[in-house]
Amino acid sequence: MAKLELRHLNKTYSPKVIPVKDLSLDVDNDEFVTLLGPSGCGKSTTLRMIAGLEQPTRGDIVIGDKKVTYAAPGDRNIAMVFQSYALYPHMTVYDNLASGLKLRKMHSEEIRRRIAEVSGFLGLDSLMERKPGQLSGGQRQRVALGRALVRQPEVFLLDEPLSNLDALLREQVRAELKQIFESLHTPVVYVTHDQTEAMTLSSKVAVLNDGYLQQLDPPRRIYTHPANRFVAGFIGSPQMNLLDLNCDRGAAVLGDYRIPLPTGATPPARITLGIRPEHVELANSDVNGDTQTVQGKVILMENLGMSNLVSIRIRGAENVTLRALIPSDRTWREEMITLALPSEHIHWFDVETGERLFSEPLQIPTAHPQTQRLDIRST
Amino acid sequence: MTTTHPSAYPAAKTDRAFSLRKVLLTIGVIFVVVFSLAPILWQVLTSIKVNADIAAIPNVYFPRQFTLQHYIEIFNRRPFLNYMLNSFFVAATSTLLCLALGTPAAYALARLRVPGERFILALVLIVTLFPYILLFIGLLEIVRATGLANNYLALIIPYTAINIPLTILVMRSFFQQLPRDLEDSAKVDGYNTWQMLVRILLPLTTPALVTTGILAFIAAWNEFIFALTFITRESMKTIPVAVAQISGTAVFEIPYGALAAATVVGTLPLVILVLLFQRRIVQGLTAGAVKG
Repeated sequence: MAKLELRHLNKTYSPKVIPVKDLSLDVDNDEFVTLLGPSGCGKSTTLRMIAGLEQPTRGDIVIGDKKVTYAAPGDRNIAMVFQSYALYPHMTVYDNLASGLKLRKMHSEEIRRRIAEVSGFLGLDSLMERKPGQLSGGQRQRVALGRALVRQPEVFLLDEPLSNLDALLREQVRAELKQIFESLHTPVVYVTHDQTEAMTLSSKVAVLNDGYLQQLDPPRRIYTHPANRFVAGFIGSPQMNLLDLNCDRGAAVLGDYRIPLPTGATPPARITLGIRPEHVELANSDVNGDTQTVQGKVILMENLGMSNLVSIRIRGAENVTLRALIPSDRTWREEMITLALPSEHIHWFDVETGERLFSEPLQIPTAHPQTQRLDIRST
Repeated sequence: MTTTHPSAYPAAKTDRAFSLRKVLLTIGVIFVVVFSLAPILWQVLTSIKVNADIAAIPNVYFPRQFTLQHYIEIFNRRPFLNYMLNSFFVAATSTLLCLALGTPAAYALARLRVPGERFILALVLIVTLFPYILLFIGLLEIVRATGLANNYLALIIPYTAINIPLTILVMRSFFQQLPRDLEDSAKVDGYNTWQMLVRILLPLTTPALVTTGILAFIAAWNEFIFALTFITRESMKTIPVAVAQISGTAVFEIPYGALAAATVVGTLPLVILVLLFQRRIVQGLTAGAVKG
């Protein structure tokens, strides 16, 4: 029951290889924080520094109120689940679970009690005398998890624990993980590059890129309010449409259309418009008068089963492609399609820095009501 | 019926091709086995022939009369059991020393970030390239100067030194094959480097330990020149020297029977050793450590 704090963590291998540049992060008792990012973003290095397997070049790691920055892994009260499980192949499942406890000179009664508890919980009772070689992938994964749980550590570290399971099993174990860690009240740091895992499991997601923390927020907010262009493009599948547009008199120019910018802001010369494909709707007669619509030519349609991913080329903007996720039961007749871009789902980013602009819930300027259908207007 | 015919014909054809291959393979195997085992078989047969058969012209290939006379002779009239124990002691001690010193070195070179690691490895490799006979002259001087002559250490130390590079190179490559996560996991569990080496890594490297151990043991057991030169006291001689020194009562009499018996006796422990550990050598202990 402790809090994990990372303060200005930096890891420098050489002047050119700096996987973690400056990372500060707090993980509270009840928090399940996922480090999410593309490969090479520094997430695994961060986890290994928390574990003590790598030493930070600068910065501090604090567990509870003890500074453990340079302590040996065995001297910090942490447990880690590895991607490859890393079970000891020459030991039985029981010994695998017990080894960390035996090393801490724990009473054998207590060891037995803890193992019995965890094995009952994870359904390992019948496997106790087997060796890892005789277990299936899912069973090994459970043993690896069990080995962390029996330790009752102050911090749990999980390094892509699901990536070696097949898709079906992964979903099942993911749900189990969520239940297990929700009941534990111990900080959990989970590393993954799979955003579904990050979104489903975590109480907070830390999106990393290029050695820096990009955003730390609950999954919902990461999705609805990405802090910058990177997070916007990284979270969500299919990827958010990110269009670099010119600005003109309080509106962004998208082909033949003008998308109004939020009021009260000084419009820059260029701006990035972001909208998720699932928020782009097929416009029909009952579209709310306020909603921005655009018309374009369908150039590609990909069937995803539940919906169709449609790529359109917007009229008047030959090099801009907009992708929309449209439910399979919605159809249209012509080659030209009219799409609605609900203003509450439009994100604006700075072209230069990629930072989010107009960060609070966007308001359509009342002085410039979009009452008429814009698809019939041309500039 | 008509449907079975077309499928049966190609099957028979592949069968025949397969069996031709099989025959060739069998012939090859028999040839290699005979080629490498015939001298040993000849020694075994000679050791149980009576002297008349050994000397007979034309050759008597298969003994007409069996005798254990030659074996009785080498154990009764000469202290062969003593020679074997000497050999065993020297070979076993140097093998254990080799593994005990070479394994930690190999681990350090494989995993810990040792400064000048490449240089050390190159050095180890160069040592193995030295012609044996050049070392021998220098060693003789050292043995003389330190007064180690007629001391088992005079054999144990050089044997260990000569086999250590092999141990380091083999064990290092084996350690490198072990998944790194396993060691990280052990560190997180609280093992220190030494405990990890002894309790996690060594059990996993048993096949490699046994293999290098046997190689080192065979090399030490068969070594001749150092044993001949550094040990002159009769009671301390090792098997290869003892076998070489078997001679007849007259200059012209060569005791083929006794020589053959001694050769068989000298080889047998090695054969037993290899058979004993065969399964260990083959065993793949890392199965199941990590996925895939």
